[in-house]
Amino acid sequence: MTSELLHDQQKPRTYSFDARPHEPAGAKPAKRLSPARIMIYSLLFVATLYYLLPLYVMVMTSLKGLPEIRLGNIFSPPMKLTFAPWVKAWDGACTGLYCEGLKVGFWNSIKITVPSTIVSIAVASVNGYALTNWKFKGSEVFFAILIFGSFIPYQVMLFPLVIITRELGIFGSLSGIVFIHTIFGMPILTLLFRNYFMSLPPELFKAARVDGAGFWRIFLVILVPMSLPIFAVALILQVTGIWNDFLFGLVFAGLKNFPMTVQLNNIVNATQGVKEYNVNMAAALLTGLVPLSIYFISGKLFVRGIAAGAVKG
Amino acid sequence: MSTLKRSNPLFRNLNAKIAALPMIATTLVVFLGCSIWTVVYSFTKSRSLPLNDFVGLMQYERLFRTSRWLISLENIVIYGVFALVFSFVVGFVLAALIDQKIRFESTFRTIFLYPFALSFIVTGVVWQWILNPTMGLQASIRSMGWESFTFDLIAGRDTVIYALLIAGLWQGTGFVMVLMLAGIRSTDDEIWKAARIDGIPTWKTYLFIVIPMMRGVIMTTLVIVAAGIVKLYDLVVAMTQGGPGISSEVPAKYVYDFMFARGNLGQGLAASTVMLTTVLIIIIPWAYLEYGRKKKG
Repeated sequence: MTSELLHDQQKPRTYSFDARPHEPAGAKPAKRLSPARIMIYSLLFVATLYYLLPLYVMVMTSLKGLPEIRLGNIFSPPMKLTFAPWVKAWDGACTGLYCEGLKVGFWNSIKITVPSTIVSIAVASVNGYALTNWKFKGSEVFFAILIFGSFIPYQVMLFPLVIITRELGIFGSLSGIVFIHTIFGMPILTLLFRNYFMSLPPELFKAARVDGAGFWRIFLVILVPMSLPIFAVALILQVTGIWNDFLFGLVFAGLKNFPMTVQLNNIVNATQGVKEYNVNMAAALLTGLVPLSIYFISGKLFVRGIAAGAVKG
Repeated sequence: MSTLKRSNPLFRNLNAKIAALPMIATTLVVFLGCSIWTVVYSFTKSRSLPLNDFVGLMQYERLFRTSRWLISLENIVIYGVFALVFSFVVGFVLAALIDQKIRFESTFRTIFLYPFALSFIVTGVVWQWILNPTMGLQASIRSMGWESFTFDLIAGRDTVIYALLIAGLWQGTGFVMVLMLAGIRSTDDEIWKAARIDGIPTWKTYLFIVIPMMRGVIMTTLVIVAAGIVKLYDLVVAMTQGGPGISSEVPAKYVYDFMFARGNLGQGLAASTVMLTTVLIIIIPWAYLEYGRKKKG
């Protein structure tokens, strides 16, 4: 369904030997600024303000001292620039029992994100491959349940999963949270890989079979090397998704492995002590830095990942 | 692939099944098993540990007598309706504006989508600060000379849900925009030529020709966004912790608090079963329609 959405991405590439596409020659006609276009740009400008102001406010607040913040203008740039809030957010803010700053959460998030991303992508890519080229009886039914299941609110499966991970002896540990991320990353990633592998010419697979290559060999030697773009998309999707996760980290990672999002929330919503808004904003920026960098660097691949999420089903 | 099926079917199946084992286990144990477990145990008297003491609908009766649950439901309905309407209207309008062969198209797109890369926790923290009545936006505008300016949604019991809405829309509208843009771009260019020849204005072409053609994309986006709204949790935790009082509580938070903080498992399970039912009501008709459509080819 909604294949039209991804149509443009899955279309097998056609290579033209004509080096220069037929573009109109000569100077571009000058666009005049009609009232309609002024209207369009004004609307876009207003929307841009709404989207950019929070980022601007965050940066400005994080660079001010508390006395200046109490003057009460969140838009004014700092009169006296200070990086102390950033240092404190990273190194000394209290995240519950300890006051060692967000760096603890940062490294925890790395420790959670790296293995979770690798394991979930490994599992889902093999899965998508099996569903495309090695269909077995009932494989489509399992896939349908998998996609259907991705809509079930996590809260529904939360407690039974606590029991399961506890029985497996991995509750409250890094393995536990990797396990959970692998499970919940599976629907979207499997869909992503399945759709991609389906767009590849089947002759490729058939030829390899004729040459005697088996299940794993075809996957590792032929499919993986030519699927690097989709692995990149999956990587971006998983790193941002797992980095931004809060609920699973809170429940399954265990106290000493709390990810950055949980620590950030602990800093900001601590009930005791003076509220240090500048530290809070620096902490929020630090937490958002990894996914934002990925977003700005990866550009189209990020969009492709979330668009794939929209065609599940 | 029929030739392949004949060659060594047993071995082929075995390999693929081993590879698909994680998926089979996930679907059977987690998605089906865990959901069924939750539904079954929502009919028990479980407190801090699951018990096999079945008490019928007792948990549900208690649930719907609890004002915090009723407030949670009311909040998620208000939030859900507004979030759907606004994210789709704004998302579509932004997509249509970007579609007008504008300059800096990719810059605008990047700006509208970047909040989607941020977590709900970061989103909640930022908007909690901006909407803070004593030091945020309200205070700033007042300090600029507009003394009577009032914007304290987050502090009011009846308005705090709209504060959450402003933050949620900031985070999520870009996502809808991207999908709507993909939908608009996937419609045939010929219809624009035809519409222009017939002298149909642009906005009418979007409204009456392009949107109906995008039915599939719109429905799917709608289901994803709606299923996401039901899960609303992180944003509330980060931004208001359910306050002031219990005025911004949501169902997902009710589930978490009763399961893990209050040791009242039965209530948590009953509440999550209601959430499950809601999601099923959203997706079953959609899945049925889509499946039916696929079958017809």
